[in-house]
Amino acid sequence: MSMTNSLQNQDKNTLFSDDVKQQIDQWVAKYPDEWKQSAVMAALMIVQESGNGSLTTEQMDRVAAYLDMPPIAVYEVASFYSMYELKPVGKHKICVCTNVSCMINGSDRIVSHLNEKLGIDFGEITDDGRYSLKEVECLGACGGAPMMQIADKYYENLTPELIDSILEGLD
Amino acid sequence: MTDDSLVTIEVDGQPLQARPGSMLIEATDAAGISVPRFCYHKKLSVAANCRMCLVEVEKAPKPLPACATPVNEGMKVFTKSPLALAAQKGTMEFLLINHPLDCPICDQGGECELQDVAVAYGGDVSRYSEGKRVVKDKDIGPLVATELTRCIHCTRCVRFGAEVAGVRELGATGRGEHMQIGTFIERSVDSELSANIIDLCPVGALTSKPFRYQARAWELQEQASIATHDCVGSNTYAHIRRNELMRVVPRDNESLNESWISDRDRFSYLGLNGEDRLTVPMLKKQGRWEEVSWQEALQAVATALQSSAEQSGALVSASSTLEEMFLLQKLLRGLGSSHIDYRLQQIDFRADSVMPVFPWLGVSVEALEKQQSVLLIGSNIRKDQPILGHRLRKAALAGAQVTFINAAHYEHTFDATHIVTHAARMVAELAAVAAAAGARSSGVAAELIAAARPADAHQQIADSLKQQDESLLLLGMQAMHHPDFAVLLELTRALSEATGSKTGFLPLGANGFGGTLAGAVPMHGVAGTSIETPGKNAAELPLADLKTVILMGVEPQYDLPAGESMLQALASVPTLIALSAWRNEHLEAMADILLPVSVAAETAGSYLNAAAECQSAQGLLAPPGEARPGWKVLRVLGNLLDQEGFEYNSAADVLSEWQAAVADLPADNRIKANTLDALNLQSDDEQAVVRLAELPIYSVDALVRRAGPLQQTRDADQKQLRMNTDLARHYDVQAGDLLRITQNNVQAEFSVCIDDTTTDHCVRLSAAIPGTEQIGGMTGWISLQKVDA
Repeated sequence: MSMTNSLQNQDKNTLFSDDVKQQIDQWVAKYPDEWKQSAVMAALMIVQESGNGSLTTEQMDRVAAYLDMPPIAVYEVASFYSMYELKPVGKHKICVCTNVSCMINGSDRIVSHLNEKLGIDFGEITDDGRYSLKEVECLGACGGAPMMQIADKYYENLTPELIDSILEGLD
Repeated sequence: MTDDSLVTIEVDGQPLQARPGSMLIEATDAAGISVPRFCYHKKLSVAANCRMCLVEVEKAPKPLPACATPVNEGMKVFTKSPLALAAQKGTMEFLLINHPLDCPICDQGGECELQDVAVAYGGDVSRYSEGKRVVKDKDIGPLVATELTRCIHCTRCVRFGAEVAGVRELGATGRGEHMQIGTFIERSVDSELSANIIDLCPVGALTSKPFRYQARAWELQEQASIATHDCVGSNTYAHIRRNELMRVVPRDNESLNESWISDRDRFSYLGLNGEDRLTVPMLKKQGRWEEVSWQEALQAVATALQSSAEQSGALVSASSTLEEMFLLQKLLRGLGSSHIDYRLQQIDFRADSVMPVFPWLGVSVEALEKQQSVLLIGSNIRKDQPILGHRLRKAALAGAQVTFINAAHYEHTFDATHIVTHAARMVAELAAVAAAAGARSSGVAAELIAAARPADAHQQIADSLKQQDESLLLLGMQAMHHPDFAVLLELTRALSEATGSKTGFLPLGANGFGGTLAGAVPMHGVAGTSIETPGKNAAELPLADLKTVILMGVEPQYDLPAGESMLQALASVPTLIALSAWRNEHLEAMADILLPVSVAAETAGSYLNAAAECQSAQGLLAPPGEARPGWKVLRVLGNLLDQEGFEYNSAADVLSEWQAAVADLPADNRIKANTLDALNLQSDDEQAVVRLAELPIYSVDALVRRAGPLQQTRDADQKQLRMNTDLARHYDVQAGDLLRITQNNVQAEFSVCIDDTTTDHCVRLSAAIPGTEQIGGMTGWISLQKVDA
C-alpha cells in the first residue's frame, strides 16, 4: 500500500515523545507484527490524552506513519468514534448524557443550567478555554441518572447545585 | 451435464451450477438472473453494505445478501419472492431517503444504477418528509467531479483505491448519518488509475469533471476503440455525439485491461480539438505559409521525394498506426532509402544488430501477474504503463519478488526492492546482479561483471531469479532511452542466460513493438528482412544531409531528445515535410510542407501490443477540416510516385499485406550477444553531475500534451529541476531559486525543487516539458550554475 504522507519517510523514533512511544508500543506488542494497525485506537487515545485533549491532522498523520497505515484509514477511525475529539476542547470536557434514562430524570434541566452557567452550547468552549460541553449517549450509569462525565470520573444524581459545587472543585 | 467439482443450486426454480465458495450473485450473474446491487462489483472485495441484493433463501429466517452468501449444494433461492421483493423495496426506500431528486441536472442521469433500480423497486411517492442530508462537495482534482450529497455509501471507490489502485486516498469518515466519502483533508486523488471510480460509482456522486454537463448518455453512440498511449492497447469505448468524441470509457478485456483504463487513456481525447489543430495543407512559399489544396501539397511532396530519392528519410512517432509505419517505410524503400526510424527517444543504437525483430513483453499481460520474480531495469512502470503496473502489483501481492534498478526512487503501490543509483551506475548495479548470477559476457559488459562486488541484495535478486520458475527481466523506457542501452541490454541478455529468466521490453508508444516489425527501422525491412544498405537511425538521420525528410506525428522539440542541434539540423533540411495533426512554432519555422493528418480515433489503424497481439480500431470521427488519415495520404503519395502496390482500398488492405509479410513469425525476445567497447555515460570526475531525463506520464505524445485536465494533475507537475539537499547546498540554492543548466553546450534555466529521493550528483529534469525545447531530453552529463537574482 502506498502512503502519501511526508511523515512516512521520517524516522519512527522521532514521531512521538519517548513516553508516548512507549505507551503505544505496549499496545503494538499485543498484536501480531503484521497487524500493528490494530493498535490504532489505543494510539489515538494515548496521543489525544498526552496533548490537550483533541487530535490534530498532523497528530493523526504521525499515528498513521508510526503504524504504517494510510492516513485516511486513521481519519476514518478517529472520525467514527465519539471519544476522539477532532476540534479543540476545554481543559475540562463536560460530557452530559441526554439519553433515555437521563432525559426522563431531568437532563434537560442539567443541560440548560450548564448552558447558562458557562455561556456555551454543546460543541463549544468557554472563552477562557476552561470548559467545553459535549452531548453524549448512554454511559451506562442509568441508576444514577441524570449524570455527566468529566475526565475519567462519573458524576451522578445531578442537580444544578451539585453541578456548581462540582465545577468549583475542579482545578 | 454436471460437473462434480460444482455445486447445484436452484434459483427461482431454475437449476444452476456454481463453483463451491463462490457467492450467490456470481451464479445469478452468470445465469443472467438480475439481482439489484450497488456495492457489489466483480473486481472488488465484497462489502455487503448496501443491502440491495437481499434475496430469500430457503430455510434462512431472513433475507440474505446475494453478494455475501456462498452457494451451497441444494440451496433454494428466490430472487423475486414476496419476501425478497419486500426487502429490496425497503432497502430502496431507505437509500432514497437521503438521495436528492436532482436527476434532471445529474450527469449520471440515463446511465445511473440507482435510477434504474429505483424504476424497478422504488415507490412512486416518498413517505419521508423530513429534511434531507446535504454533504459539501470536495475538490479532489481536475479529473473527477464530486456531488457527495448523491452518495449512497457503497464504498466502491474506497475499495478501488485500496485494492486496485493501491493508493488509499478516499475513505469513509464519520458515522451513520454523518458518514461521508472523501479525502478528509483537502487534497487531490492522484492515482494514475483514479478516474475508474467514475465508472464504479453507481450514482452521480463521482462523475467526469471534463465531461460534466457536456452530453446525455442517450445522445451518445458507443464505438469500440483502442487506447494509443502505451504498449498495452487498452480496450475502450469511444462515446461520440455528432462527430465529436465526448468521452472514453473502458471496454472489458480480461486478458489486457480487465475493467480499467488509465487516466491517460481516458482523458487524452481532450487534446483532440485545440486551436492549434492543423486543418488545411500548407506550403511555405518564399518564407511565408500559404494554404494550398491537397493536390498541390501532395504534388510538391512527390516532386521533392522524386528528386531526393535515396536521399530521403523519415522519422515517425511510436504512436503511429502500423499501417502508417508500414506504408511510410514502403514508400521510402521504394525510393531506395532505408533512412527511417520510430525510436525517436532512443540515443544509443549500438544494439541494433542484436535486438529481436519481434520484441514483446515476454509474457502475456495476464501472465505478468503470475510471475514469481521480476527485475525491472529503468522503469517507472506504474506511470509508464499503468495497466501493467497494476498487473505487476497483483504479482507482488501474490508474493512475487519485484526489484527495480532505477536512477530515481519511484513510489510504488506494493513492496519491492529498490536499487536506486546514479544514472551512470545503473550498468554497474545490473552487472553486480549478473555477477552474482555467474553471468558471462564480453567486452565492456564482461569488464563490468568482473569489476562488480555483488552485495547481499544483488545476490538475493540473482538467486530469486534463478530459483523461481516464472522469472522475468523487463527493460523499461528509461533503459531503452539510456546512453548505454546497448550495455544494459547485453547485461540483461547475460543475466537471462545465467538465470533462465525470460526477458521483456516496455517501450514508449502504442506501436513501440510494432515499429520494428513494420520495418520502420533503418537496420532491417518488414519482419526483419535484411537490406543491402542500412539507413540512418533517429539520432543520425537529421544530421545526415538528406534532401527530404518526412516527420510523421512528431513534435521535434519534444519527441527528439537532442534538442537544439537536432532542431537546427532539421531546419537545414532542404525539404522538410510534416504530417501532423497540429501546427506549432517549431514545425512552422523548420518545415516546408505541412500535411494535416488524423490522430487516434480519427483514423482506422492497428497497434501491436505488449502481448504481441495486433489490435485494429476503426476510424470513428471525421478528422477536422481537410485533415485526412495518414495511411490515405501515404497511399496517394505512393500513387503519385508511381510506386507499385499502393492500390489499397482500406486500412485493412494495408494490414493484410503487412500480416502476409510477417506471416507466422513468432514473438521472440531472444537477444544476440553483443561485444561493446566502452560506456557512453562515464566520467573520471567523481563530482560530475548527471541529468536524469524522465518522460513524464502526461508528456509521452502530442495528443496527451494537449489534454488540459491531465496537464493540471500532480503527475504533470514535474516542471522543475529536482535535486537533493546536498547538491542544493553545493550550488548554494534553495527551493524556488533559479539554476542554469548546461547540457551539450545548450543552456536553460529552471527553478529548483529539493527532493531528497534524488540520488547524489544527479538532477532530475524531465524530457518533453515546456522549457526543454532547446536543451532537449537526454540523460547525460551537465553542468550547473546559480543564477543570481
